[in-house]
Amino acid sequence: MAFRNYILVCGGTACESSRADQIYQNLLEECKAQGVADEVQIVKTGCFGFCEQGPIVKILPEDSFYVKVKPEDAKELISEHIIKGREVTRLLYDKEASRKNAKVEDIKFYQKQFRIVLRNCGFIDPENIDEYIAREGYQGLEKALFEMTSEDIIEELKTAGLRGRGGAGFPTWMKWNFSRQAEDDVKYVVCNADEGDPGAYMDRSTLEGDPHSVLEAMTICGKAIGATRGFIYIRAEYPLAIHRLEIAMQQAREYGLLGDNILGSGFDFDIEIRLGAGAFVCGEETALLQSIEGKRGMPQPRPPFPAVKGLWGKPTVINNVETWANIPVILTKGGNWFSKIGTPDSRGTKVFALTGKIRNSGLVEVPMGTTLREIVYDIGGGIANDKKFKAVQTGGPSGGVITDADLDTPIDFGSLVRIGSMMGSGGMIVMDEDDCIVDVAKFYLNFTVDESCGKCAPCRIGGRSLTNILEKITSGNGTLQDLDTLETIGEAMRKGSLCALGQTAPNPVLSTVKHFKDEYIAHIVDKNCPSGTCKKLVRYSINPEKCNGCTACARKCPVAAISGGKKQVHIIDQSICSKCGVCMETCKFGAVEIH
Amino acid sequence: MAKMTLEELRKLREKKQNEIQKRDIEGKDARIIVGMGTCGIAAGAKPVLDTFLEVLDEKKIDNVSVTQTGCMGLCYVEPTIEVIVPGMPDVIYGKVDVETARKIVEQHIIGKQLVTDHMFDRPAADIIKKDGGK
Repeated sequence: MAFRNYILVCGGTACESSRADQIYQNLLEECKAQGVADEVQIVKTGCFGFCEQGPIVKILPEDSFYVKVKPEDAKELISEHIIKGREVTRLLYDKEASRKNAKVEDIKFYQKQFRIVLRNCGFIDPENIDEYIAREGYQGLEKALFEMTSEDIIEELKTAGLRGRGGAGFPTWMKWNFSRQAEDDVKYVVCNADEGDPGAYMDRSTLEGDPHSVLEAMTICGKAIGATRGFIYIRAEYPLAIHRLEIAMQQAREYGLLGDNILGSGFDFDIEIRLGAGAFVCGEETALLQSIEGKRGMPQPRPPFPAVKGLWGKPTVINNVETWANIPVILTKGGNWFSKIGTPDSRGTKVFALTGKIRNSGLVEVPMGTTLREIVYDIGGGIANDKKFKAVQTGGPSGGVITDADLDTPIDFGSLVRIGSMMGSGGMIVMDEDDCIVDVAKFYLNFTVDESCGKCAPCRIGGRSLTNILEKITSGNGTLQDLDTLETIGEAMRKGSLCALGQTAPNPVLSTVKHFKDEYIAHIVDKNCPSGTCKKLVRYSINPEKCNGCTACARKCPVAAISGGKKQVHIIDQSICSKCGVCMETCKFGAVEIH
Repeated sequence: MAKMTLEELRKLREKKQNEIQKRDIEGKDARIIVGMGTCGIAAGAKPVLDTFLEVLDEKKIDNVSVTQTGCMGLCYVEPTIEVIVPGMPDVIYGKVDVETARKIVEQHIIGKQLVTDHMFDRPAADIIKKDGGK
């Protein structure tokens, strides 16, 4: 026998600590007392990702979302909501919303997310074209082929205000229009699926969860610019995404949605997959096109831009996976619908891969203009293990850090640049107090140095020089002069490098120097790494007052640096110590200290 | 299926939409949808999917379909699955291992009770359903 109502009580750690368990118990008792125990099931759930407003209670099937619930509210929830069927307004998160009048496009506020790109991810079977079609799939293509001219399609994109999601944010309609206007018999459409930022996996998930949306969008573009061939450039490390793309392409061909004479319209378009070997620079569009042509992936000077002179010298529209996934929706629902989401500077949504020291890591899609605080605290549930927030890195190795002070900035292309970072492709790595900012900068820089193609000197030599200086600082040999040198070299790289990889490589260094100068100075002047990350600056010692001579640490020490017999105070020989930290983990008395 | 014309595509879409609605209304079929993106698979979604098939077979339940989908975005609680049983709210379960999968069949599918401690929220409203496919 199914229940009439289901009461969900948040059992996440944050809500538990604010007496969610007591609420759960009280609800159980009240149900018994008021005689509805057989009609209602009370369930503890995982975190709703809205810990700031906890404890949270949700009642199904009405979907009532109660926040900041106290144990003493249990009685009223049962007597009012369950028995009389009236929502307890004072506890509702969205007190204004009347469920009966709610418009179809109202977003439930507490969810914060709005999914356009990820609309089908987690809904449909990506290997079954019918499920995509049932959810408005290929409806945009229908319109493009039978109701719209090339100009109409581009006009719709212009109304929508869609900007490229690969990082730079160039208006998509403009790119398409350049290619449309370029006079040539042969034109190409390319999908950039060479996702390379550390911690970013939006494109992979989109292709794995909804491959047809990209195929549909590329075909629409083919119609708009007059191209008949497309390429998807995807890295070979994404085998599942490739597999699902192949299945999707085969199914689309069988249905006549790819290939000759699509849907009997007389328009031909087909797509091929090209596998990349995983070079980061091949995500740069001109290098990517070189790689498709079978050459070594190295950036080319722009202009000419690919939209005019791209693949094999032909006009080529190249967009990122996330950009493509927006397009079928824009055509189906109209540019106007899309333009109402987001900010005037940046319309629509952005997908972020939220990772690092965050409680609820995951893939989030939010309207542009959402603040970082909402993403980190409301959606992400705050910092894991109740540590203190330090910074967020956006834009991957090309971006910068965003600190506490800028958490309330509404995110869009322009605002992120103003606070010294960038949108990038959507990686968002959260750092807490245990992360050393100099070490973080070094990590990103090492990444770009490894991935530099070496063609131009500012990137090749500049990157290496910056790494050397950071190495020097984290070893305790830095000077204050080095901070100026970092900035001078960084500026030179910004101005002189050939492509975005080199131009943006110094960003993590420059932005961390700007926001965390104190921490750099601590490394240089005090020879101290405040978070204890930089091994060469760390010193372990044993507090003689706490040590009771149990020998546990001495036995675990891999380099035998700890001396002292049973019941004697132990001492660490600094000349031998390899700073692995095992002694500190081993000691049950907190006698090992870090300096 | 052979290549379609515009008319055929529209008919197919309508038919598929109706099928979904019909299932909801008549209450015949239950569905278990397993999140099988790289993230879900890495966290163990494959053995979970196998367990569902195994347990359903064992209990001779034949009106429940098991299908796959992409990533729902709840990476911190992978593997994630969705259970749709007529007459009950659609539910997303996270941190589903082999034992939990068995429990879901026994408790949710057969017993019509939600499984505690594994329920999570779908991260966003569905923009497609809301517009009725128009």
